[in-house]
Amino acid sequence: MTMEPGLYHLLFISTALFFIGIYGFLTRRNLITMLMSIELILNSVNINFIAFNKYLWANRLDGVMFTVFVIAIAAAEAAVAIAIIINLYRSHNSIDVEKAEELKY
Amino acid sequence: MNGATIIFYLLAAMTIGCGVIAVSTRQIFRAAISLLFSLVGIAGIYFWMDYEFIAAVQIVVYVGGIVVLIIFSIFLTQQSGEKMPAQKMGRKLFSLLSVFCGFALTIVQIFEHSFIKTTAPAVDPTVRNIGEELISLDKNGYALPFEVVSILLLAALIGCIVIAMRTPAEAPKEEVEVKRKEEIKVIVPKEEKVLIVQEETGGIQ
Repeated sequence: MTMEPGLYHLLFISTALFFIGIYGFLTRRNLITMLMSIELILNSVNINFIAFNKYLWANRLDGVMFTVFVIAIAAAEAAVAIAIIINLYRSHNSIDVEKAEELKY
Repeated sequence: MNGATIIFYLLAAMTIGCGVIAVSTRQIFRAAISLLFSLVGIAGIYFWMDYEFIAAVQIVVYVGGIVVLIIFSIFLTQQSGEKMPAQKMGRKLFSLLSVFCGFALTIVQIFEHSFIKTTAPAVDPTVRNIGEELISLDKNGYALPFEVVSILLLAALIGCIVIAMRTPAEAPKEEVEVKRKEEIKVIVPKEEKVLIVQEETGGIQ
């Protein structure tokens, strides 16, 4: 591993971000912060796609395409998740996952 | 060590450091702001790799869209200045342990693997190339996923409206019930006026 940044450095960043997101998802009990951890995980995947596209498969654009689709799906997911969170807050007055243990309100 | 290298390490430190703050702080608004800076750092890494279009999309969608949405939902659901309750020490410890083991395992696997580069000539990730591949119908084109994602976005839009919409019959009914209870509560101790109140509520119906 050299000091000059390359593929391995980018993979290190994305792995670190992925496991930071996993840690947040395991320890947080607030729905909004869990959503933030999911955003970190999705971003680490995007870094991986772009890094592989740049350093290994520069003759294709598949990594870029996958990144664009992942961003679109992440936006849709965040919007639906926040709608559910606000609806849950209305009926339970809390967005703690420990307090949302019944499926019916 | 030239300038580009220094910028890369600064961006990497900003991304990972802000990510750590985002998952570890107990103040939820601070967590959202450090998530924002982490995403800006990732956009900077895309700029550093010369993928300007992806960096612009990252800033527009994540920083301008998702983080703003998260901050709004924090305003709607949290009391300001209130800290989140602390987690149990055991849960934190075991999460840290499992995350560290997974991280070490993955990093060892990555650094032992030697990736093979393609020898074909490179394609510039310009907006023109990306757009042409996005809507081309040939073997390497992405026209079908493009359409599927557009339908998914439409479904998410409608789904959000349906989930977050309060049913119109529900809201006025609650108000009337509350009003009636208050009236009865206030006037119940006086025997004489109870009958009048009941008549009045009957009149409203």
